[in-house]
Formats: sequence, structure tokens, C-alpha cells
Amino acid sequence: MPKRTDLKKILIIGSGPIIISQACEFDYSGAQAVKALKEEGYEVVLINSNPATIMTDPGLADRTYIEPITPECVIKVIERERPDALLPTLGGQTGLNTAIRVAETGILEQYGVEMLAADIDVIRKAEGREEFRDAMKRIGLNVPESAIVHTLDEAMAAGEEIGFPIIVRPSFTLGGTGGGVAYNRRELQELCTAGLDLSMTTEIMLERSLLGWKEYELEVMRDKNDNVVIICSIENFDAMGVHTGDSITVAPAQTLSDREYQQMRDAAIAIIREIGVETGGSNVQFAVNPADGELMVIEMNPRVSRSSALASKATGFPIAKIAAKLAIGYTLDEIKNDITRETYAAFEPTIDYCVVKIPRWTFEKFPEADDLLTTAMKSVGETMAIGRTFKEAFQKGMRSLETGRMGFGFDGREDMTALDPDDLEIGLTRPSSRRIAFLFEALRRGMDIGRINELSHIDPWFLHNLRQIVDKGEEIRQRGFAGLDPEFLFEVKQYGFSDVQLAWLTGTSEDDIRDLRVKNDLVPAYKLVDTCAAEFESYTPYYYSAYEQEDEARISDRKKIMILGGGPNRIGQGIEFDYCCVHASFALREIGVESIMVNSNPETVSTDYDTSDKLYFEPLTREDVLNIIEREKPDGVIVQFGGQTPLNLAVPLASRGVPIIGTPPDAIDRAEDRKRFQQFLQKLGLRQPDNDTAHTLEEALAAAEKIGYPVVMRPSYVLGGRDMRIVYNEEGIREFMAIPGMAGTEHPVLLDQFLKDAIEVDVDAVSDGRITVIGGIMEHIEEAGIHSGDSACVLPPHTLSPAMVEEISRATRAMAEELGVVGLMNVQFAVKGEDLYVLEVNPRASRTVPFVSKATGVPLAKIATKVMMGMSLAELGFTGEKEVHHWAVKEAVFPFDRFENVDTLLGPEMKSTGEVMGIDDTLGLAMAKSQQAAGQELPQSGNVFISVRGDDKDAVAPVAEKLVHLGFHILATRGTARRLEELGIECTRVNKISQGRPHILDKVQDGEVQWIINTSSGKRTTEDSYTIRRAALDFHIPYTTTISGAFSMAQGIMALRKQEIGVKTVQEFSKDID
Amino acid sequence: MKVLIGLEDGTVMSGRSFTGPGEAVGEIVFNTSMSGYQEVLTDPSYAGQLVTMTYPLIGNYGVNDEDMESSAIHPRAFLVREYQGMPSNHRATSTLADFLRRFDILGVEGIDTRMLTRIIRNQGAMKCVISTRDLDGESLVRRAREWSGLVGRDMVAGVTTEAPFDWQPDQCGGAGRRWRVVAYDFGIKWNQLRLLSRRGCDVRVVPATTPAEEVLALAPDGIFLSNGPGDPAGVAGVVENVRSLLGKKPIFGICLGHQILGLAYGGATYKLKFGHRGGNQPVKDLTTGRVEITSQNHGFCVDPDSLPSWIEVTHINLNDGSLEGMRHRELPAFSVQYHPEHAPGPHDAEYLFDRFIDLMQEQG
Repeated sequence: MPKRTDLKKILIIGSGPIIISQACEFDYSGAQAVKALKEEGYEVVLINSNPATIMTDPGLADRTYIEPITPECVIKVIERERPDALLPTLGGQTGLNTAIRVAETGILEQYGVEMLAADIDVIRKAEGREEFRDAMKRIGLNVPESAIVHTLDEAMAAGEEIGFPIIVRPSFTLGGTGGGVAYNRRELQELCTAGLDLSMTTEIMLERSLLGWKEYELEVMRDKNDNVVIICSIENFDAMGVHTGDSITVAPAQTLSDREYQQMRDAAIAIIREIGVETGGSNVQFAVNPADGELMVIEMNPRVSRSSALASKATGFPIAKIAAKLAIGYTLDEIKNDITRETYAAFEPTIDYCVVKIPRWTFEKFPEADDLLTTAMKSVGETMAIGRTFKEAFQKGMRSLETGRMGFGFDGREDMTALDPDDLEIGLTRPSSRRIAFLFEALRRGMDIGRINELSHIDPWFLHNLRQIVDKGEEIRQRGFAGLDPEFLFEVKQYGFSDVQLAWLTGTSEDDIRDLRVKNDLVPAYKLVDTCAAEFESYTPYYYSAYEQEDEARISDRKKIMILGGGPNRIGQGIEFDYCCVHASFALREIGVESIMVNSNPETVSTDYDTSDKLYFEPLTREDVLNIIEREKPDGVIVQFGGQTPLNLAVPLASRGVPIIGTPPDAIDRAEDRKRFQQFLQKLGLRQPDNDTAHTLEEALAAAEKIGYPVVMRPSYVLGGRDMRIVYNEEGIREFMAIPGMAGTEHPVLLDQFLKDAIEVDVDAVSDGRITVIGGIMEHIEEAGIHSGDSACVLPPHTLSPAMVEEISRATRAMAEELGVVGLMNVQFAVKGEDLYVLEVNPRASRTVPFVSKATGVPLAKIATKVMMGMSLAELGFTGEKEVHHWAVKEAVFPFDRFENVDTLLGPEMKSTGEVMGIDDTLGLAMAKSQQAAGQELPQSGNVFISVRGDDKDAVAPVAEKLVHLGFHILATRGTARRLEELGIECTRVNKISQGRPHILDKVQDGEVQWIINTSSGKRTTEDSYTIRRAALDFHIPYTTTISGAFSMAQGIMALRKQEIGVKTVQEFSKDID
Repeated sequence: MKVLIGLEDGTVMSGRSFTGPGEAVGEIVFNTSMSGYQEVLTDPSYAGQLVTMTYPLIGNYGVNDEDMESSAIHPRAFLVREYQGMPSNHRATSTLADFLRRFDILGVEGIDTRMLTRIIRNQGAMKCVISTRDLDGESLVRRAREWSGLVGRDMVAGVTTEAPFDWQPDQCGGAGRRWRVVAYDFGIKWNQLRLLSRRGCDVRVVPATTPAEEVLALAPDGIFLSNGPGDPAGVAGVVENVRSLLGKKPIFGICLGHQILGLAYGGATYKLKFGHRGGNQPVKDLTTGRVEITSQNHGFCVDPDSLPSWIEVTHINLNDGSLEGMRHRELPAFSVQYHPEHAPGPHDAEYLFDRFIDLMQEQG
């Protein structure tokens, strides 16, 4: 049956901002689906609030709404567009939940919109706990028993039903405290008594514990003829109890015999049929008891997912693309397999390599958070590695993580030899981001595999393979450099050892090993990912490296450029950089140059085999990248788009004679080296905040005295705001210098004058070496001192004078010219009064490039790529700044709700995971949209609780006044209330928690607080203020931790009073740009 | 221990033995199943062959007593990328290496199996010699070329049962009617017997050369033609036997049994370039339009153009369009080229055993 012709226009809901558990995999899936539907001739309407996505590029969907993904906005889009169908399965949980809420309003029936792929009953059946369990029972499958109880008696009765061990989880506790595992009745009683007490809703959830069971996932696809295929099986390295997103995972399943695998396959097929997913992909998770093979169903997601993206990259089978085609009526046997061209999508990929995915955590950003992995996901990104063996893939994965590790141990980066044996056992028992290091140490010490398995529940098969790596490492050490004969060297490279590891183990340098390898012709072979284990010829150049006999790389004689991607997502380096890399690839295609992408992030569009002419799925280390360069011999390499990862490779690659195109690496150094940067600014007559360096506490104190408090302090060797602090007094300096590694090292500590209450400004510009054009000037909403990635910003600037805007433009051009920028440049300025300060210059793509591109309709990254290829801006027709007649507001999105004990205050260290854009004709509405899109509901009435630090008491008054004027009632703690009353603003005093009950928390729990404005002096001064912020988070009450943020919220609320939110496409907005 | 592999096209590759010294001569083929190596090894259809697995890590879950498809290992050597000597699975009773050694079968690791697979894909299944003793590449290639090969040879004689026996069911088939089935053993996989038995069949397994009259004398409700190794055209006398059984009793054939039916109908078979061996082959049931993912292991195939008009093609391979299933339009006989009994592989095609029961019901 061919595609449906009764449908013309299809609406797709995206997944919104990048958050933990919902990242750029949905951009990958969404972009694929949009492309697939357009190819088939459908008109595609898209709603997604995330400007950093490829899917929201104006050229992709026909009509693109960068609007909040709320039921209200989706309904408005439906009313405006009258689509024939809605495809809800591409936007993650957000897309699915929003679709359900939209469907519940009856609007779909009203306008005759058909829900494709999975209707509302299917979604409910898959997502509802009870409904899912009943469905599984009907088809004879087991799920772990669970119950929600409200009294101890209920708990004890339910406990009997469920069977021990039981996980006890109190609902709604502050910071998720309480709970645990009960192994018997007595423990159950204890835990439940405490849990009921802790829970604000006197509710606890009990669940059969499958701790230590093995965990598997299958990716299933079904078409409307009820053909069902399994795309990929995945085995988790970490046992049950660790969220699959936080687990190292391996494809295909390793320790299942065929009989067990087929049993699981049968179950997955029965599940997709029983749940009733009509077409598309689903992910089913299973647990298997290692002792007897008992099978339990954990959950099923009736949509594309993180795992489906991983499975697509792991097998070469594009699940989202096929899912989109199935949704419009094709069957699997009608869709060609892109890779083989002669076979069809109705088959099951078979792979002839091993895939390892390793999560990337950023606990270092949240030092208060417990580094403990549980059933709630905490990682912000992941990396994937492909090898011919598990050992090879695992070691490649370790060095893809961008944590400075060069493999599984043996890199001199960490010494745990002094670790207490008891602590080692604890480290093995507790799942954490550090457990891999403990595993290495345990194996190095020769701990018995059985014992490690007992403690960690990691399957012995994995442990044996890791042991082989460790044993081989020791053998390398014993043999030394002289013992690295070609045969042995080849063997250890097959074990995945990096040159850096070999150098460390043999006391030589990376280059010594490299030279030895090259001399012996020991270079990696490149193998194809082809869905079929070489059974058929394949045409898609998707490669991975392996030390093997036969190399399959097909090297062209075309002009070619290599683009280095950004590796795994982490806070500070996310989808924005992938967006830029993808645009570079598109630009190269437009000018007929072969594009070669190198990246290790399976979630992204850049690692879609469709994006570039060639894809190398490889770690972004010097060794791995050089290997590809030596094979491909590209005419140039682009390092300025993928964020810090490729930038760090610029100098090491250039020193090997690799042609880096665009801005010369020396310009990067000039902007990053403190001394050279100072001279550079002085030469141009530009000002920077007073600054100094210090090696010791005494020097730091003297420097701070000279600069004047407050000062911004940070170590000189890290970027991205890590360990950056604003210090207000001598005590703060002493605390900072007492942090291990700050004082007395060769790297000085940096001190900068803190420009209090200054306005920060971000500028993105592009230069061809002749002229420089400003792409966009963004005025931050939050004051200087808050990391630019965490600050909301407005384009065009909303309070700066035209004269200041002109000065900013002039300074930007002068700096681009002086540095010799060819390509993109980002500058961060601070404006204090009439003075302009330069904070930072980055001659590379910035986080704001996609936002600026979406807001102004100018594809900056594409233009920059062409400029780097030697075209002039004049040729490209981009010689003057665009003037926009609308407002675009970028707002950051934070992962605080994922981490217990973490404060929500913002500071110089970046904490946000993603961003949204609000775009409208008025600033107020753009702000309102940005808040809604970020998940902050704008209250329209009720009580606003205000508690601010001393300095802010006057500043908050105008906000309070405005709110009173809008009919809100103000609640305030004593100090704030006193000041507000003095200023004639009516408010009600509320007790702090320490002042006795009823206090503010009681009001929060009773639903009497609709918005919390709370500022604090930068660290956790009082428990009270922290508890209030945390309560806001836990009870999903809108909260604001800066005065400027409160202002913009109030402005948004005002705007909504005047006017209802409307929706408009970016294509329409770009029409009004001059 | 070093191993050298010589192919008839002149390719020489080296690897390591993980089972000690040994030597093997045979036809080299690849299998793309990611699991199920024990079933592959014990499948009699591999008699005379050397098997390489495209999945690189083999041995992961060991071997056990339950996943046997016959009582012995049939390939003459087993080639993998990396042998896993520390199995992890609750059912494992032994390592793969021990299992191979028990049957004196050479296990080889450390070879670029993807390269080998690509060679086979491009050159076709080839004659091959593997040895730990003869480490002279030229000699191996020469000896591979000298070997007679499988075409036209009767490989069934070496694997069929010597005497008839009744299959002892490992699982009761329920309280329904029992069917009396005679199964020709051309190299039968035990899971065919298990699945028949579970559906209420009492199966008597007979040698490949059993005359038709003897089979009919057992008064069966149905006759089953099993899978088996090698070239169907090489199996002596069997085609005639089967032809004389046509129309007498319902017949169901699998793999070699299907090819023999094809020959009995008057059709012809031909050798595929490199065969279908794996668990992911899509087959379209032309009677329903549905696609099933199937387990396959065959190097020869029935030529659909050679079949008389009274034979209906019921299944085709979606990848290459080759014939995968057929039935007689008038007489109660049907067959498939692939393995509905799986083991290893997906269970999608088990319904064919139900069709056989239905056919016996209709005819009975």
C-alpha cells in the first residue's frame, strides 16, 4: 500500500529545551522525520521552543513555530494551521504529554485532526502504571509488583503481596530524602514509618526490588500491516537500579543465549501489539534475573527515544525516518534500506562490531549533589564508541568522554593505589560516575571477579573483558617500549589502548608510540556500519576505526573539508555547537565540497549518516583525529564550530601540519592567553575589568585590595566558569585559596574586578578578514556575574542607548580585524553606566549562534563556513547588520530538580542544560513566551512571596509595586517586609522557617504561594533561604532568584494581561527583517 | 597456536587456534546470527562446511545441554573474531572451546572475519583449508583447490540416522488429538521434532533412504521432510521416494526437504553465490502479504522458473526475491526453504507447523 493521500498537512510537536533525559536525540529524530515527510510531499508544520535545533531551521519544516510547547500554544497552532494530522511520537515525553493534553480538550475532533502512529488510548496504556501492568498480565508477562500506600497498615499488607526485597520511596519529600530497600518485615515497618512521616502528602510507593538483575532494551518497529521487527538489542553494563540513561550500555546483547534472546523478542513483539502502537518505533525495557533467567517487563515507551537514537547510530537503521514513513501509511517492505539500496526496511539489522555507550555526567558542576546513580537520570550527555571487540569499543568510549581520560586506566590521570580496601569496596557497591575508576583499581589489585560481581552486580562477562584490558596493560608495562614488537603492538591496539596509554606505560611520549606505529604500518582500518554485517554491498560512508586487516574507506579525490564535532553533551557544550557543525556541513554541500564529519555523540544530527558526505564515528582525541586525517588527507579542518573539544585540538593538529581553516590558531591563543589579551585590548584602546593573578593567599589578598571588592576569582587553567566565584571579602579569598589546587601551583589564580550591576552583552559576528558584520547583539537580563549561558537575553538590546550599541559594534569590528578573524567571533561585554568593558573574546562559534540565526533569519554558521572556504561576505550578500522589528528572548533551562541538595541560585558557573526562545512583536510577550517555554508558568493572580538579601531590598520595590498594581498580594519575610512597608508597598509578613509555624513552607504546601522571588548573597548563607528555593522547585512553583529576572517575569505577566499570546512562524517573522 | 587459512581464490589469512592443533577442509560460509552459535554448530546442515560468524564476539554465554540441535557438531571448523573464554549465563555448563574440543573441531580466532565475509560475498562460498600444521599458504590454497567440494555430493548419508527411532517428547503437547508423523531425517534439527511433538505429533524419525512403502506402512497422518546438508541433487534415491509419496499423505518440507520436494515436482535447484545463513532474513508470505523474519541456512535454492504450473510460490525472500516457499495446488504438500523451527533465530514462522497440523486435519 502506498502512502496516504488523504493527508496533506501534518503537525509535529518537538521536545523543547535540552534537559536531562531529553536532549538532542529528539532533534535528530525530529529533523529526520520532518525531512522524510517533506520528501513524501506533505506540508509539515512544527512547533518547538528550542532555537538551537536543526529541526527549527526555517528551511526544514514548511511552517515552523518557535513557541512554547504548551497545550494552549499547540491549540493555537492547530486553529491557525488546520493540519490533517498530528504526529505526537517524535517529541519525547514532552511531545507525548502535550499531545495528550491537547487531545483531551476535544480540539482534535473539532478540527478533524487525526492522531498518527499512537492514539491517546495507546499512550495511556503504555504510560499508565496500572493500565500497563494489566496489559502485561493479559499477555502473560510479569512486571515488578508495586503499590502506593498512605498508611502503615496498607504498607505492610502491600509488602506481603509484593515480596521482598522492596524499594520504599516516600512521595514529595523535600529533596527526595527518605526511602530505601527493605529486606524483611521489620525493615519495611521502619522505612515506611519514617517515609510516611517525611512525605508531605503522607504517601509512599512500594516496589519489588530487582536490584542486581540484568537490564536489557529492545527497539521494536511495527507497521500498519502488523509486521514487526527488532532493530537492536541493548544490554546494560550496570545492573537494575541505575537508570538506563545513566548506565553504560552495550549493543547487541552479550550474555543472552539465542533461546533467551528470542524469548525477549517474542515478549517485545507481544507488547507492541498489546499496547496497540499502530505504526512506528517503541522501546521496551526488560530485567532478567541472572540466577535463573526470570524475565520481567520494566517499561515501554511508545515513541522514539534516546535509546532509539542510539540504536539508529549503532545499527545504521534510521528509526525516526522509517517511523515517519510508517505513520503515513507505508509498510516496512515498501521502504528501501538507504544503506544497501537493494534491500528493504523489513528486516532486522545484524551488526559485526560491538557498540558501547557511556554516559557523561557533570557532578563537578553540582558539588553539593550526591554522586550516586539511581533510577532518576542524572547524566547530561553520552558518547558512543564502536569497536570490533568490547574491549576496543570500551576503551574508545572512555577516551571519547572528554573527561581527560585516555582509556580504561593506564593514563597517569588518576592514582588510587593508596585507597583503603574498604573504601574500594564501597566504591564498587555504590553506582556513581566514579565507579569505573574503582573497577579499574579493583582489577589492578587483582580482586576476584566473583567478589566484584557480588559488590557491583556487573555481569562477570564484562568484568572478565575489563580484566583482560588490565592484564594486558600490565604486560605492556613489563615489556616496555623495546617489547613493543609489531605483532604485540597490533594486539594491544586491538585491545583499544591509545598511544597516550602506551606512552605512559612505557615511559615514552605519544609521538614516540605514533612514530613506532607508523614505521611499522600499524594504522587503523576503517570499517563500515552497514546494517547487514557485510552481507550486502553498502553505499553509505559511515565508518569506525579498528585495528584489522582490511580497510574499507573509500577515499575520493574531491576537494574535502573535515569538521570536528563537539563530543558528548555536557553543561557548557551542548546542541548549539552541534548545530553549527551541521550547518558547516550543509554549507560545504552547497558549494560542492566534500564534508567529512568526525564526532562521538550518538544523540546528534551531526552523526546522522545523512548529514555529511562521510561520517567517522570516532573519539575526538589527537591520535584518533590524526589517524583519519592521514587517511583522508583533507584540504582543511574546521575546529571552530564544535566548542572547546576541537578547539583544544587546534594547536596539536596544526603542529603536525594539519591545515586548520578560518581564524588562525594563533588568534585563538591571543584571545585566550591573559597577557596577550591584555596587550591586544590596550592596543585597541579597549577597557577590561581590573585584574590580576596570584599564586599565594598573600598575593590574592593584595590583588583583591588593589582591585577592590567584590572580585571574581577562578583558576587559570579551566574554561567554562568552573570553580568561578564572586568573592565579597577577605574571608572569601581565604576560603577560595584554601580549595585544594588553587594556591601554590604553577597555574595562578585569576582575580577580576566584579562589575556590580553592570549589564552584560553578547555579540556574535562574522568576518571574512576584510569586513566584519554583526550577526546579533544580545542584552542579558541577569546582571553581570551570572554565567552568560545561564542568563536570559534579549535581541535586540532593550535598554542600551543607540550610542552604546554603536560603540559595541565598533569595538567588535576592531577586535575582529586586529585578530584576523575569518569565520565566527563572539564577544562578551559589560556595560556599566557609560563605560564599556570587554570581558571575553572567542574567535569561534558560540552558544548563541543558533539563537541569533533564528531571531534574525541569518544562517551565521553557514556564512562563516563559506567565508572560511575563501568566499567574501560581499559575494555572499551579507554586508550589513539586519534590523529586526520583533523581539526574541532566550531563556535558560536548569537541571536543579534532578539533584538533591542543590541550590537553585545562579552564579558565574554555568548550570543550565538548554535554552528556549520566546519571539513576539512586543518585548513583554516575548518574555512571557520565553518563561512559559522554559516551564515557568506566569501566575495571573494570587500571592507572591518576596524574600531578598539586604542589597536587593530597594531594588525589588519597583517589582513589588508593579505586582500590587496588577492585583497580586505580596508576602514577605520580616526584613523585606519592613523595607517594602517603609516604601509604602502593602504586604503581609510571613515567618521564616526558623521563626516558628505557620511559616512560609506551610503556605507553600497549602498552595497559597504562586510565585517566589528570592535572592541570596551567593552562597548558602542561611538554611531558610535555601529551603524556600528548594520548596519552590519541589512544588513546581515559579521562582526567580534575581531582581532582573523578576522584572522580566512581571513584564511578561503585564503583557499577558493586555493581550493573549498569539503564535506566528519564524518564516513570517523573518519577512519583517530588513 | 597459529592457524593459516587458505581459500581457493588464493587468499591466505592467519589467526590463532583456541582449541589446540587441528586441520579442516571444507566449504567456507558465513552466518550473520548474533546469537545461537551452539545451535549453528549442532545443525547437521553445516556438514562439510567451515563456518565463520559475522558477529565478532563468540562464546559469551558458553554452551549448555538444552540448546543442542543434534548430538554432534557438524561444521569442520569454526572461525570467530574474538573467542570469549569466560562465559556468563545461568544455563552454561561448559565453554565453547571445551565443547569444540570434545568433538575435535578446530576453533579459530583473531581473524578479520568481516574481511573474510566480504570475500565470500564477492567470490561466493569457497573451498578452504585451515590448519595449525601446514603453515604454508601456497600449499593450503593448492589443497583447497584440489578438494572435491560439495556440489553434486551426497552429504546426507553422513548425517542421517542409521535406524528409525521414535522422538521422545521433552514437553507434552496437551490433551488434543495425537498425530502420527513420519519424519525423513536428512540431517534433522531437533527443534523441528520438539515443535511437532509440542503440537501433538508422535514422530517416528526414519533414515533418508527409507523407501516410500515402508513409510506408508507406518500409516502416518503426515510426512515431514527435514533439513539437511549439501546439494539436493546429490542425494541418491530420495527424490523418487518423495515423488511416490505425493498425494498419499500430507507432506511438509523444510530446507533440503523443500528442495527435494522441488526436484520431486520436476523442478530444478541451483547453488546461490554465498547462500543465506542468519537469523534476519525477511520473507514475504504471498498469501497474506505479511513479512516474517526468518532463520535461514541454505546454499542451494529451488528455481521458481523450473516449477510446473500446479506449484504455487507462497513465499519469497524480500532481499533477493528468491523462492522461499511453495505448495502444490492440488495435492496436500507444502514446503519452505527457511527454518520455521528457528533455533537459532526468530519465532515468526512457527505458524507453519500449525499449518501442517491443519493440513493433516483436513486430510484426515
